[in-house]
Amino acid sequence: MYRELRATACAALVLIGMAGCASQPPESDSLYQALGEQAGINRVVEALLYRIADDVRIAHHFADTDIARLQEKLQEQFCVEAGGPCEYTGDSMADVHAGFDLTEADFNALVEDLIAAMEAERLPVTVQNRLLQRLAPMRADIIYR
Amino acid sequence: MNKTALCGILLCLAGSACADTGGRLLATGGVTNIEGSAGGGIVPWAVLSGYGTRDEWGGDAFATRVDTGDYRLDAFGASLAFNNRVELSVARQRLDMDALTKAAGLPHKSLNQDVFGVKLRLFGDLVYDRLPQVVVGAQYKRQTNFLIPSLVGAQRDSDTDFYLAGSRLFLGAVGGYNLLVNGTLRYSRANETGLLGFGGDRRDSRSLLKEGSVALLLNPRWVVGVEYREKPDNLSFAGESDWQDVFVGYFPSKRLALAAAWADLGEIATLEGQRGLFLSMQLSY
Ligand code: HEM
Repeated sequence: MYRELRATACAALVLIGMAGCASQPPESDSLYQALGEQAGINRVVEALLYRIADDVRIAHHFADTDIARLQEKLQEQFCVEAGGPCEYTGDSMADVHAGFDLTEADFNALVEDLIAAMEAERLPVTVQNRLLQRLAPMRADIIYR
Repeated sequence: MNKTALCGILLCLAGSACADTGGRLLATGGVTNIEGSAGGGIVPWAVLSGYGTRDEWGGDAFATRVDTGDYRLDAFGASLAFNNRVELSVARQRLDMDALTKAAGLPHKSLNQDVFGVKLRLFGDLVYDRLPQVVVGAQYKRQTNFLIPSLVGAQRDSDTDFYLAGSRLFLGAVGGYNLLVNGTLRYSRANETGLLGFGGDRRDSRSLLKEGSVALLLNPRWVVGVEYREKPDNLSFAGESDWQDVFVGYFPSKRLALAAAWADLGEIATLEGQRGLFLSMQLSY
């Protein structure tokens, strides 16, 4: 009986815990530090842009994009999401990606490129995951718009 | 087959030398459980087989062996998943029981069954969005040599299991590592997953059974975890134990997955202390 109760309580906790939480600003700049501050973030963004340019799955979406602007906005955005001392001056995710009708696969392709970029910068998996965790909630504003 | 073609296939399986399968992230199709459904090794998860997104289709073929010394289970099968919404699967299981056959003078050396599965994603997403991914599924099972099960009290040679499963990958949840949590509720009267038939002299109605898995992703390719599967106990001739295992999964590419586990299966058909190695291989398309 006790075992039953314990298992049921555990199952309930698991289900409650599974519901995602809305993303709040980071409490500290520890991720910013772990990424190597702005210089480290800039290297990741650059490596990401090179990989996107070489990625036949998604490169075509960027054909008409002002890459210098994209680079600058991504640098700001990653800095903010990592808890760094920056301000994001770009447009909302929903606005910039509207009209591209990006798919789930497009989104994951970019995530794979980002992981490869962070891997190339030798960032630990734990740091990579924390940045991905900050960006993941944006997906709903980016795909199928 | 010539050498270059073989080499190409091997390269393709081991790395990214060929176009990748679907657009989902590596390892998000899990492996294949012994009943043919995408999941862990013994528990079906709320993920769909292969790597297809809502715009794609995919699937897996798998082969698994579990060897405890007294018993050896071989399972193989294939699945198709459409638009990350519906998964259809078929698996064949064969349990060799030489030790028991000799000791008890049984008329057959093995127990066999076929499993036809369907899984429907209800809502949610494994990685993104607010809600975890939740599926309902059914496994229609047909025991194909029913003499022994009928002699030990099993009531029928075919039946359907129903289950509800929820899975979520929490990014960076444990010290920065990604954590996968899965809970499954199964409604079943299958004895030893159905290899010993369905329903018994002790209990002939379905039971609500809890199953679960927790896995830690060491990196995108390596996963370690534990699984637990509650089992019914319908037959009076022997006890039926809950199952558990600890596993390692390796995903070198979206084409290939390998899993190894140490499984503790407890008492199976009067033989106690059944423990052994679980090995599984999966190809995805
Ligand atoms: C986590 C995922 C993503 C993040 C954080 C992100 C972030 C950004 C940012 C900060 C900008 C610049 C905004 C501005 O100019 O004000 C941008 C623009 C853009 N993004 Fe994304 N993005 C993501 C996913 C994607 C994906 C998957 C694609 C396509 C495969 C994509 C394609 C574009 C394009 C084409 C632009 C330029 C739009 C234009 O030129 O008007 N993005 N994104």
